[in-house]
Amino acid sequence: MKTILTEEQLAITIQRLSYQLLENHIGLENTVLIGIQPRGIFFSNRIVKEISKEVPTDKIQYGKLDITFYRDDVRQGLHALNRTEIPYSIEKRNVILIDDVLYTGRTIRAALDALQDFGRPAKVELCILIDRRFSRELPIQSDYTGQSIDSIIGQKVKVFWREKDGKEEVVLID
Amino acid sequence: MQLSSKHLLGIRDLQPTDIQLILDTAIEFKEVLQRPIKKVPTLRDVTIVNLFYENSTRTRISFELAEKRLSADTINFTASGSSVSKGETLLDTVNNILSMKVDMVVMRHSASGAPHFLAKHIPASIVNAGDGINEHPTQALLDAYSIREKLGTLEGRKIAIIGDIMHSRVALSNIYLLKKMGAEVMVAGPPTLIPVYMKEAFDVQVEYNLRKALEWCDVANVLRIQLERQNQVLFSSLREYSLAYGINKRILDSLKKEILIMHPGPINRGVEIDSDAADSKQSIILQQVENGVAVRMAVLYLLAGGKEQKN
Repeated sequence: MKTILTEEQLAITIQRLSYQLLENHIGLENTVLIGIQPRGIFFSNRIVKEISKEVPTDKIQYGKLDITFYRDDVRQGLHALNRTEIPYSIEKRNVILIDDVLYTGRTIRAALDALQDFGRPAKVELCILIDRRFSRELPIQSDYTGQSIDSIIGQKVKVFWREKDGKEEVVLID
Repeated sequence: MQLSSKHLLGIRDLQPTDIQLILDTAIEFKEVLQRPIKKVPTLRDVTIVNLFYENSTRTRISFELAEKRLSADTINFTASGSSVSKGETLLDTVNNILSMKVDMVVMRHSASGAPHFLAKHIPASIVNAGDGINEHPTQALLDAYSIREKLGTLEGRKIAIIGDIMHSRVALSNIYLLKKMGAEVMVAGPPTLIPVYMKEAFDVQVEYNLRKALEWCDVANVLRIQLERQNQVLFSSLREYSLAYGINKRILDSLKKEILIMHPGPINRGVEIDSDAADSKQSIILQQVENGVAVRMAVLYLLAGGKEQKN
């Protein structure tokens, strides 16, 4: 088990990503942030918390998306369902999808499909905490990346969050 | 995350965890039904046949909508106008349909046990949409979902099932489900419409006085008088039944509390329930229908998902 980000590095990375998002979406006026269930939510919650230091909370449009119904492997096994909450229209908005780890790209493919059912966004961007390079099965890349790492198929990246796991750390498990 | 059974033949065969899973899954499908585009691609490679040997409005439309909103392909079969009238047996009909590569069967039949018979002979998953006077599991599930949505939980709630208990598959499925989920159940109606062994067989309370039943319960599930299944005279007239057991605004207003009124439909207005009660604020009859689609989506999703086709 190898540490990729310590608690301190994780906090700095989240802060950097939040400011990058704000640079490109000043005031978040036409932008909707959408975290991907289940574990992307911990990351997106932190991004929103960081952004709320600069933008009033009532101006931040933040939703949660569960992609279970859009998976391409429903017939191979059922996955636990989570709540989808997108109380804002995404029609002609800039949507930023937020997830913790980008690996094969299949989750993001499903999320893009799911977004179609809520409207036609002007633009969709992807914000990722850990990008596992060279492991993509679909042509999907992130626009905002916390940390890129090289890993092989047998390995697993695990992000620990205080509210869920009692500690904050990103590790690579063999 | 999987149901313990391959089929949904009745509530009797389900574990409480299965019921919990279906009801919880339905919550997420209800969210899908509130979206601008009320459709998900989940079952796009699944073909489902709706096999209806008996008349139906709500259940058939509800199942078909649920299937379409899950992107499944659907075929509708009704016995009238088919080769059933030429003498084809149930098993032959179903095997012919299945040879055209159908994955699931939703069936309603006037013979109790018809889906159980079919389950022994065909490989596809079967969902019972009502068999004779036996069970109507998805109706009980949507009733439970509606009660849970309104009252938060089923445990400890007092549910009175009122009317034609003897001929009602809705009553039987509801009793199984509510008892499994820890609710208190009472059946009420005229003695001729309540089988004598109810108390011993199902551990439910039996009440012949409508007012006493309504005073006891939190929820009244009112059933239709099934004249088509009654082959002898069990009460003197519909008018007399209505006077003794009909629910109306007057009797509801005279209770000390506000109870929920449910009805599985179709309603015979003026017989088991009057319009002023059926259309009142206490009635959740139309919400039941709305929830039916979400509950059936959950059932189909849980039965179709997680089983890789091996052909």
